[in-house]
This record gives sequence, C-alpha cells and structure tokens, in this order.
Amino acid sequence: MERFLDSTLESVDSAEELAVGAAQRAGFDEDDLMKIGMAVRESMVNAVVHGNRYSAHKRVRFSVAHNANRFTIRIADEGDGFDFTALPDPLAPENLMQTSGRGIFLIRSFMDEVEIRHIDPRGTEVTLVKYMVSK
Amino acid sequence: MSVKLNSRQVGDVSVVDVAGRITLGEGSSALRDLMRDMVGKGQKKILLNLGEVSYIDSSGIGELVSGFTTVTNSGGQLKLLNLNKRVKDLLQITKLYTVFDVHEDEAGAIRSFT
Repeated sequence: MERFLDSTLESVDSAEELAVGAAQRAGFDEDDLMKIGMAVRESMVNAVVHGNRYSAHKRVRFSVAHNANRFTIRIADEGDGFDFTALPDPLAPENLMQTSGRGIFLIRSFMDEVEIRHIDPRGTEVTLVKYMVSK
Repeated sequence: MSVKLNSRQVGDVSVVDVAGRITLGEGSSALRDLMRDMVGKGQKKILLNLGEVSYIDSSGIGELVSGFTTVTNSGGQLKLLNLNKRVKDLLQITKLYTVFDVHEDEAGAIRSFT
C-alpha cells in the first residue's frame, strides 16, 4: 500500500489509521498495535511539521508492506533534512525537562528496526520495521 | 475524539479531568492554555486526572512537562492522578515517571498537597 499525503495534521491521523489497520490484519496484538501506531504518528509529525513544514506544495510518501518476517512502514518527506546523527539524548539529566525532542527516541523504543536516511534530490525517509511473530 | 477538559475545585485543589487524546494540535494546545490560565488566576495546587486519557504522544508529554515547569516556577504544585498503563509506560520510558508526583487515589492525592 502506498499513499501520497498532504502535509497536514489530518494526514498524521490517516497514516496512523492505515498503519494500525494493516498491522491488525497482519495479526499484531494490542500492545504492538499501540507501538506501531505511535511510531507512525511521531514519524508523520516529523515529516509534516519539521520536514515539509506544512507546505501545500510538498507531500509525504507513506507505504506499508509485510512479508512472513517483517512489517515495514516507510515515510518520506520533501524537506531540507536534518542531522539525525546529532540528536540530543532526551534521557540525559539536562534534557529531561525539555518540552520537545522525544519523538525519535520513542520511535526507536517502539520498533525493532529504524532507519533514517537522506533521499535525493531532497527529503528524509524513515523506515520502521516490526518483526512478525507467530501467534 | 480529541481532548476534553473539565476542571473542578476540591478544597483549595483544582482537579482537571482530562479525557481523550493529548496529541499535537488541538489536544496539547487546549491543555497548555488551560494550565496557563489556571496559573494566571493564581491557582497553585493542580491535580491532573488522566484516567480517561486514551492516547498521548511526545507533544502531549511535552505539554505535561511544560505544565509542571510553569506551575512549579509560579510556586505551585502539579500532580498526576490515575495514569493508565499506556501513559505510565510512556512516562517510565522517558524517565519522567519519577519527576511527577503520581497518585492512584484522588482523596490521597488531594491530601498530599502542602
């Protein structure tokens, strides 16, 4: 499944709904559905707010796929990108009371694999993977 | 459902019953506005009842931190009541669980304000 979504907060809700629906059909339990939904929400917020900066001229490419082993979500924006190797640690005592900066930390906490990369000619793509487990 | 906020007074403690989703946008800004309004009116003892919160994202967590800082800096106290497993897990993952004074019983929470 692939969608091109507007850079709006409504798209954040839509992407979360699409991902959770697909994960539910793939057999994930409630706890994993919450984690997948939240990782997608945080990634979409990054794409819409920080990447595309709500631009009406930029879209977010959102896709979901799975096979026997892996449930994979990809979210790509068309923004200027950011240095994801230099993110402050939100658990460090000096950052604990910051009001932002926890999104990528939560994404990494909830998914089994997370890859963030710059894409040409511009933009950032986040790949989120949850391992399929036999129920 | 977005967030629904209802505030009530129990003695000198302002209890805010929060229901729904505290997420980026309407949910987190409504909570921020209410807390700033309460502090602006001189309310120093605020108890956030999160029992009916179905969902909170990093923006919502940020608003709880912001509220805590705003209230504390004004010489007041902000405490949390009735965290469900989801919210509790999130505060633990982000190491904020021990920052907040968290209660499971409203009467006990009310009594704990000094």
